[in-house]
Amino acid sequence: MKNERTKQEEKRAFENKIPGKGLSRRSFFKYMGAGIATYFVWTDYLASGILTTNEDNFPASDQLSSWIHLSASGEITVFTGKVEVGQNIRTSLTQVVAEELFLPVSSITLVMGDTQLTPYDRGTYGSLTTPQMAPILRKAAANLREMLLQQARQEWKLGEISLDMEQGMIQHPNNGKKLSYGDLAKGKNLLQKMDEDVPTIEPSKWKISGTSVPKVNGRDFITGKHRYVSDMVLPDMLYGKVLRPPVQGAKLKRANTDKAASIPGVQVVRDGDFIGVAAKNSRTAAMALASIEADWERSSQVSRDQLFDHLVSSAEKGETINPQVSRAFEEAAHKIEQDFEVQYIAHVPLEPRAGLAQWTGDKLEVWTGTQRPFGVQEELERAFNLPGEQIRVYMPDTGSGYGGKHTGEAGIEAAILSKATGQPVKVNWTREEEFKWAYFRPAGLIKVKGAASEQGITSWEFHNYNSGGAGIDLPYIGSNKHQEYHRSDTPLRQGSYRALASTANVFAMESTINDLAGKLGADPLQFRLNNLDNDRLEAVIKAAAVEFGWKRTKTNGNHGFGMACGAVKGGFVATFAEIAVHPESREMKIIKAVTAFECGAIINPRHLESQVTGCVLQGLGGALFESVDFKNGDISNAFLSSYRVPRFKDVPDMKVILVNRKDLPSSGAGEAPIVCIAPAIRNAIDDAVGVKINRLPMLPSGIVPEG
Amino acid sequence: MRINVNDRDYAVEVDGNPSLLEVLREQLDLTGTKYGCGEAACGACKVLINGTPTPSCITPATAAQGKNIITIEGLEKEGELHPVQKVLMEEDVFQCSYCAPGMILTAVALLENKQQLSEQEIIEGMNGNICRCCTYPKIVSALSKITQKDKA
Repeated sequence: MKNERTKQEEKRAFENKIPGKGLSRRSFFKYMGAGIATYFVWTDYLASGILTTNEDNFPASDQLSSWIHLSASGEITVFTGKVEVGQNIRTSLTQVVAEELFLPVSSITLVMGDTQLTPYDRGTYGSLTTPQMAPILRKAAANLREMLLQQARQEWKLGEISLDMEQGMIQHPNNGKKLSYGDLAKGKNLLQKMDEDVPTIEPSKWKISGTSVPKVNGRDFITGKHRYVSDMVLPDMLYGKVLRPPVQGAKLKRANTDKAASIPGVQVVRDGDFIGVAAKNSRTAAMALASIEADWERSSQVSRDQLFDHLVSSAEKGETINPQVSRAFEEAAHKIEQDFEVQYIAHVPLEPRAGLAQWTGDKLEVWTGTQRPFGVQEELERAFNLPGEQIRVYMPDTGSGYGGKHTGEAGIEAAILSKATGQPVKVNWTREEEFKWAYFRPAGLIKVKGAASEQGITSWEFHNYNSGGAGIDLPYIGSNKHQEYHRSDTPLRQGSYRALASTANVFAMESTINDLAGKLGADPLQFRLNNLDNDRLEAVIKAAAVEFGWKRTKTNGNHGFGMACGAVKGGFVATFAEIAVHPESREMKIIKAVTAFECGAIINPRHLESQVTGCVLQGLGGALFESVDFKNGDISNAFLSSYRVPRFKDVPDMKVILVNRKDLPSSGAGEAPIVCIAPAIRNAIDDAVGVKINRLPMLPSGIVPEG
Repeated sequence: MRINVNDRDYAVEVDGNPSLLEVLREQLDLTGTKYGCGEAACGACKVLINGTPTPSCITPATAAQGKNIITIEGLEKEGELHPVQKVLMEEDVFQCSYCAPGMILTAVALLENKQQLSEQEIIEGMNGNICRCCTYPKIVSALSKITQKDKA
């Protein structure tokens, strides 16, 4: 492919985007206005050894730079390429900065995900904002604080004495005078590189971090004032719609757009196989689109009933397995061999994809809800053969993503229509388009062969076909392990999702471990604790077990207890579930679910609890009933009336326990807590009625099959 | 055609039979009302029509003629939030908040003229609204605060 750049070229292009390299001292203040600022260069961070590097795989840019600016009027502006999609990092990152600067959160503004204003960032995903961006911003803010103190000492001609700071003021040690941060920034063009060794405030002394600061711009959302991209309007803006194939894999043969073009105010845009329309309102655009007569050439597509065979038969050749692994399995007295099936599921962000584009000469601006604004900028560079400097992508706080908005389709479509019509164009995808033309969480097939003795795991062979390698490492002590992820051909377009691979891997792993404990006649909780070598994981298991009351007697013979645990992306999680299976109807009901989660020092307890609750409940959908139905290219449940997601009535009696480890660095929470709900329920069903359900979703009809 | 939204009369165009949602968003620039599914399955587009929460995505604008429509923009009175907005904000309920306008208007109608609602009644009344971030437990507990305060 001609667009494929070499690693070296990519690295160079990437370095050019780092502030402090391309940005001179003079241009910085011209751009930012006078004041005091601190910036951060990614290479320094790498040199500090905090992040591991690998020559072939240069560091992800989201591990990198950012800057903070203090204006003469005392306003603090923080620039980060991270984006807000509901995980509430706008609040938590503000807290981190406020803490170091002794300022209320209200005096700090975060500029996020604007490719012109913020430093390059590879994307907001992988639970990386809190472990990577928060420490950088903390240090940058601490650095700014030290610069301010130094300025105050100079102003007052004081030596290296310590000064008190409070609410944006610095106090003179003895004459009662005060200087505001803004006073110190007046007329200055002071730019300093962040000192990596700058002291930061210990988590045990946090006053703002560690507290439940409310969503910083919360009122705008409660009153409907916040403009998501789908709400935005520009002068002379048109509403765009794009012609889609009837099924996946269909190619356009011919199309007649005459009727559409004859509708007053409608402009038809054709560019190769792309056909779109733009009109003064979305109703007219939809009618114009519907009047296009198109012929399509369909090709045979893999259907859902062939899915798992296809994933295995199309998989890349695996590694050679150490014969010791197979031998240990053959010789074991207690062993299990089983497969797990995981269906495709959809993210269903409540705000479907939206893009708004405007051209001014050869400069392009695009507003779009994406987790990767810089990735969308690169997509646009390729689509229009335009240098990145001429493209600005904005990412206003967006109506959720869950890993489903890594791409820029709607923004690109809007840009094509805008270029052709010479007017700004907005493209809001319909729910059906979001289901059919975005991407799904991968389906997967997992084959497990596990054997155990009282001493632990004696053989473990684990093959994941298609759903990914994350979280594939068995946390239990044992020998003879073979764990492998096999890439396969995916019939449907797939991509990221909250803990996509870990959800599948932990489901298969925690189910099989539970079954092995059963074979050994061991208590599933005790068997796990005996065979784990991970204090943090053990701590959440114990916390959840106590709250759940693992040792209590079941009130009813048709009730079952189940548990699961997992260490994913810096988070440690355990979920315990009690379920009941109705003796006649076989309907399954969750009686209680307890989840304990630990991700280091907690920055915002309330928002963390929301993330954990959200993960568990969203996970419940994939665990019990969500799946994408598809047949020969047609996705047949591409509507919210046919694709069921969790609602109020699906919420069980649930409890979230947050384990706060102020002695450990904070990590992310948007993914890890999702992984245990499915295996915990699966194990509880087995406990209740002796039926092992090795597929996700487990109970699309809500009914537990006979054993 | 004229419609009344948030106690104001507007002249709107209804060529092509647009939905109330389209008219609110595109002609009146009241974008607090959201599109979520287009088939009344998610509640994001709910507005109050003569006090009843109604999915505006499947309601033809012409059907709203002569009725009083309240959108999220019309709840705040002289800078004062509606008690439902207030409690949801105080309890810091939402994540991405895209569902918030529809949730709030549904709750406003549910609570109207009711001194007390049980948790089960709140769940029943709100079940037509989807929050994909799954903030459901917090919505229920926040609404419980203002519906159960008078309990003996």
